[in-house]
Amino acid sequence: MTSMTLAKALNAGLRNALDSDPKTLIMGEDVGRLGGVFRVTDGLQKDFGEHRVIDTPLAESGIIGTAIGLAMRGYRPICEIQFDGFVYPAYDQIVSQLAKMHYRSQGLVKLPVVVRIPFGGGIGAVEHHSESPEAYFAHTAGLKVVACSNPADGYTMIQQAVASDDPVIFFEPKRRYWEKGEVPDTAPADDWYPLESARVVRPGTDATLVGYGPMVRTLLESAEAATAEGRDLEVIDLRTLSPLDLEPVYASVERTGRLIVVHEAPGTLGMGAEIAARVTERCFYSLEAPVLRVTGYDTPYPPSRLEEEYLPDLDRVLDAVDRSFGF
Amino acid sequence: MSESAPETPRPLGAAAVAERGFVQLLTPEGERVHDTDYDIDLTDAEYRAFYRDLVLVRRIDAEATALQRQGQLGLWASLLGQEAAQIGSGRALRPQDMAFPTYREHGVAWCRGVDPISALRMFRGVDLGAADPHEHNFAMYTIVIGAQCLHATGYAMGIQKDGRVGGADGEAVIAYLGDGATSQGDVNEAFVWAAAFTAPVVFFCQNNQYAISAPTDRQTRVPLYLRAAGFGFPGVRVDGNDVLATYAVTRRALDDARHGQGPSFIEAYTYRMGAHTTSDDPTRYRIAAELEEWRLRDPIERLRSFLVRQEVADQDFFDEVAADADELAARVRSGCLALPDPRPDQLFDHVYAGEHSALQQQHAEFRQYQSEFLASDTTIGASTVPGREGSRR
Repeated sequence: MTSMTLAKALNAGLRNALDSDPKTLIMGEDVGRLGGVFRVTDGLQKDFGEHRVIDTPLAESGIIGTAIGLAMRGYRPICEIQFDGFVYPAYDQIVSQLAKMHYRSQGLVKLPVVVRIPFGGGIGAVEHHSESPEAYFAHTAGLKVVACSNPADGYTMIQQAVASDDPVIFFEPKRRYWEKGEVPDTAPADDWYPLESARVVRPGTDATLVGYGPMVRTLLESAEAATAEGRDLEVIDLRTLSPLDLEPVYASVERTGRLIVVHEAPGTLGMGAEIAARVTERCFYSLEAPVLRVTGYDTPYPPSRLEEEYLPDLDRVLDAVDRSFGF
Repeated sequence: MSESAPETPRPLGAAAVAERGFVQLLTPEGERVHDTDYDIDLTDAEYRAFYRDLVLVRRIDAEATALQRQGQLGLWASLLGQEAAQIGSGRALRPQDMAFPTYREHGVAWCRGVDPISALRMFRGVDLGAADPHEHNFAMYTIVIGAQCLHATGYAMGIQKDGRVGGADGEAVIAYLGDGATSQGDVNEAFVWAAAFTAPVVFFCQNNQYAISAPTDRQTRVPLYLRAAGFGFPGVRVDGNDVLATYAVTRRALDDARHGQGPSFIEAYTYRMGAHTTSDDPTRYRIAAELEEWRLRDPIERLRSFLVRQEVADQDFFDEVAADADELAARVRSGCLALPDPRPDQLFDHVYAGEHSALQQQHAEFRQYQSEFLASDTTIGASTVPGREGSRR
């Protein structure tokens, strides 16, 4: 175990991926000489060469479209979309081609492409640099969608995503890039937590909090604060958004009877809506209160001086916990 | 004069384009003309083989159109009028080359050895065009306009990474597109990528004058082949109704690519004699006189005139080709009618290469729902849900 930031953990995971399979490529804007605007690919072009770590022209559809062609040729491209709000030019290639080609070909064409997207707000950025577009992709059959929340998961999940024969949209919480944690860099891959599994990160008995990506730390802090009020909250890091792994959530809700789902993305038709519907179907008789959601509002992402109002935080989470107990 | 820029070599085909508007080796009257850049020497057997290809793919196309009219296909995208552009370019490919088609490249598919019935599967709706691209080095039909140009370029970059350029046995890629596609962002991004990486890809644009109803001047103010220069690679216009010229120009472009010369753009100037698809009505946007004018430039008639005049083929040959076409059409028809419908269960197959727990659960629910009807089917008349009897197969 080594302590490192999420950005470094991802870098270490990518390095392992490049090391272990010569067909693995990294491609994106500024990923080579610069090492990426967040330095996640720092030093990789120097060590693996321009043919493995490719500085592409500035066009997102081109990044994904050519990655599809490279995958058809037998390569395993790991694409970086520089910021969440810049993925939309690539949306057609992701949704109409990357996601559908395995189905269209009846399994004859596999596209093991990873699309890394730094997502979420909280860094005081200008427009288009703080969005949470995960629901668009989780809504699309043929894609797998995951979000890491901490350095250990960043390190293991990126390598598991590269190993997947399906296209994976890989969300990285950009405001957590500089947070440190222990990384299992000596543990064998077989011992890693599985990619497509949610995880209880704080056991509790009174209510269940579910989130992913940047919100997991917010939930842990909320649960810690709630102890002062004598409430013992369970926190679940979803980790995977497609497939959704809700078994641990069902099990938790059957014990606690209360569920609050939290994400930065707008609430309407977001991940929380799907989770609330499914939990209601499965755990109807266990619920003591309706499933509540704490999310971004149904506005465009606001100017950064307003983002603290927009983003779910400890106070809004605990307010929802209070409301849940009010039923 | 050391400061002066080195003289740019004259682009291939420039003389022909200046004189006639495009590279041409066979006039509409069937006269063989010569071109200093693209002269080719073909045997009589090769001339006859081109003719045979043209006639057979036109016949496949006519049969498919008829099958659509009879309700056996949901849709058909006809290649009528574009046979020379497709056969010329398709025969220019070497076995190791990879083709990325649109949804209209039935002639190219024929050249690659793809069974004509496989294209019908998609238009009949029994599958989505499933194929292994490596079986015939022919990728699946792409319906989204221009999207395949990026796939072709990425594939070509893969060829480079594999060290498979730089010799006569090198590999090259051909990306098919239409005049409408040249307005798509993906196509322009593909040009940028191919140029930046010197990718071994030939962009083969069939300018058939219309994007459904929109004439080419809605896409461009300059002849399309001139756009290539702005991206930094050669562009040439060829008479797309001349199978010989199309063959020669494409052969050369592919060979340049496989030798490491990078991308190029070919504008095959042709005409869509039929509708955009069987759902289209071209009488709403073009006049009959235009069609008549292009009929005089028919790709098959000119080659037939040449074969007759040069005594390269006799009546026996033409009769034999006609008989082969009839036989092929019958096979296409029976093959189409014999295509089995997919099983309902196949709805869930191959969405993912690996496991997907949520989808698997939905699939199990679907099976359960279906099995309830199967159970009631076994006891005739036992269904208790009014109106549901016979609603499931």
